[in-house]
Amino acid sequence: MSAETAQNARGSGGASLLSDQRFRSLFFQALVIGLFGAFLLFIILNTATNIEKRGISTGFDFLAAPAGYDIAISPFFEFKATDTHGTVFWVGLLNTLMVSIMGILAATILGVVLGVLRLSPNWLISRIVYCYVEVTRNVPLLLQILLWYSIFLGLPSVRQSISIWDTFILNQRGLIVPEPIPTDGFMLVPICLVIAIVGSFIFSKWAHKKQDETGKIYPVLMTSIMSIIGLPTLAFIVTGFPLDFAYPELKGFNFQGGLSIKPEFTALWFALTLYTAAFIAETVRSGIQSVSHGQTEAAEALGLKPSWTMRLVILPQALRVIIPPMTSQYLNLTKNSSLAVAIGYPDIVQSFGGVTLNQTGQAIEVIFITMLVYLTISLVISAIMNWYNSRVRLVER
Amino acid sequence: MKFGKVLFAAAAATAMSTAAQAGTLDDVKAKGFLQCGVATPLPGFAAPNAQNEWEGLDVDVCRAVAAAVFGDASKAKYTPTTSKERFTVLQAGEVDMLSRNTTWTFSRDVNLGFEFTGVNYYDGQGFMVNKSLGVSSATELDGASVCVQTGTTTELNLADYFRSKGMSYETVPVATAEEGAKVYDEGRCDVYTTDASGLYSLRSTLSVPADQIVLPEIISKEPLGPLVRHGDQQWGDISRWSLNAMIIAEELGVTSANVDEMLSSENPEILRLLGAEGNMGEQLGLDAKWAYNIVKQVGNYGESFKRNLTDSLNIERGINAQWKDGGLLYAPPMR
Repeated sequence: MSAETAQNARGSGGASLLSDQRFRSLFFQALVIGLFGAFLLFIILNTATNIEKRGISTGFDFLAAPAGYDIAISPFFEFKATDTHGTVFWVGLLNTLMVSIMGILAATILGVVLGVLRLSPNWLISRIVYCYVEVTRNVPLLLQILLWYSIFLGLPSVRQSISIWDTFILNQRGLIVPEPIPTDGFMLVPICLVIAIVGSFIFSKWAHKKQDETGKIYPVLMTSIMSIIGLPTLAFIVTGFPLDFAYPELKGFNFQGGLSIKPEFTALWFALTLYTAAFIAETVRSGIQSVSHGQTEAAEALGLKPSWTMRLVILPQALRVIIPPMTSQYLNLTKNSSLAVAIGYPDIVQSFGGVTLNQTGQAIEVIFITMLVYLTISLVISAIMNWYNSRVRLVER
Repeated sequence: MKFGKVLFAAAAATAMSTAAQAGTLDDVKAKGFLQCGVATPLPGFAAPNAQNEWEGLDVDVCRAVAAAVFGDASKAKYTPTTSKERFTVLQAGEVDMLSRNTTWTFSRDVNLGFEFTGVNYYDGQGFMVNKSLGVSSATELDGASVCVQTGTTTELNLADYFRSKGMSYETVPVATAEEGAKVYDEGRCDVYTTDASGLYSLRSTLSVPADQIVLPEIISKEPLGPLVRHGDQQWGDISRWSLNAMIIAEELGVTSANVDEMLSSENPEILRLLGAEGNMGEQLGLDAKWAYNIVKQVGNYGESFKRNLTDSLNIERGINAQWKDGGLLYAPPMR
């Protein structure tokens, strides 16, 4: 009987193979992968043939060719028109990273504050934050960027600049602040800063250990802040203020000297920060609300101070809910920074992905590199956030 | 032996690529209209009028080609392109030709796989500043903030000019002429630089045009003209000779008003142009009346120039006059 069935199964060949679940799933997966591979191959070959046909030159040689154009914002090193397109790439990348990192920092701080205020028992405060969140996150980011840009362009012109003690200059071409120029002995200050940070870290580890052993609590936060601020300041005073400043001066068309923070950067930074902060505020609010009120009551019953309740009971639990969506917000902010192109802030899309692309005509190579950059940045942010998430998540046994 | 093989492979590749590329004319005919890439509104060169019809000097080149191919100048559709996307749009085949005040340069002609088919406006880069700055020469612009359209030859000339003069400047990149006008009007930059024709065009859109002056220095050669994809010689010829027909018509005194009378002219060159003699249209793969249709419906180059640039923007013919009048316009003979 059983031998017969087996023979039957073998006899009916393909049909029975398809009714075998394991084979079927393998077959369809192979089919999908095969189709996807064929699709990719088609795209690549099609592109290659068309490039060939139209006589478009390809390759990455253009990266070594002089850019020939200038970039106004390059805060980390001086960029000249004689530098290469490869250098343009780094300028663009650093500008993207600068606005993204500053945006993430500011949006996080503002978002957390707003999220907590949103839960304030004060009716007026919570309503104001509510309105802010609803307005900001429901207006397209591009419009907000353009709005901030027009606001900054609406500032007084160069000749009517707002000047504070001839030191800080504000006009429609930016905020110009004195440029610090380190002189002999200044190196001691950053060295002291590093020592203070490392020292604080070691002290906090030690204090934790002591607390676990003896229950004695040390003022870790205050000590750290004091040493991180105090030690470099002390070094600064001891070495006799080794810092000069270059003050801005009106010469011809513009202010010369000093550091100029351009309105393009500020507009983009403001818009990204305010927009993303609205989302982060909601995330933080939901995270805090996800911790049941019983926890607060229990903590109070144990006699914990309200600030400790927040820091030791509520936040650690809320963070588990907050971090995954926060990661998405950070990714969004970074990718949204490419809207810089609308106001001419030279991020990677505007400078390398825009001007270089157009001056060299190497569209495929440039877009490919630019996409790779965003992918890399996003994966790095994800990796950092996942690592952090795994640290704070509930330890299950 | 080896050389022969290479030669054969090259010949085969060329033949294949030509075969694959030829046929823009057939494609256009099958589509029933000409898709033409033009500027994002730049008054005088390409901008929609009150009836939402595109008009301008560059648009007239598109209309001329449409008239040559279909006998109907209105069978052209327009794709406004920014300076940044124009080449990609043409390369990808989204438009059949580009007539978008684009400077003819070596790298665009050779490296990008395009073919420039003539010059419809000889331009040069200039600077515009507000009168209140009291600047009378470009050599006084040290330290200025300069608005410039990104992805243009203008941007490169600007860098070269300031470098050669040892002056510093702050570049303020803008994406379109419209955006540039707004930012310049607000005062973000002291100077606006682009081709001189573009400056006049831009000035007309500013809040107080009379406050602006164009500085005397012209810092570059900017021959602006239409271009097509490389490799389709027939289509390139049609584009080239549609423009030439307009220039020749002016040279011969043929206008949209008198073109019908000219059909019975004594001048053999006019007869050849208008298709009354010879088979020039056939050689291009077009109707014998191709150039007649261009002149009748679009007008000759002078008419187009006057209508689009002189009447509305007060731009003089200058170097864009016919060679007989001391200008640079010099079309090869039609024979």
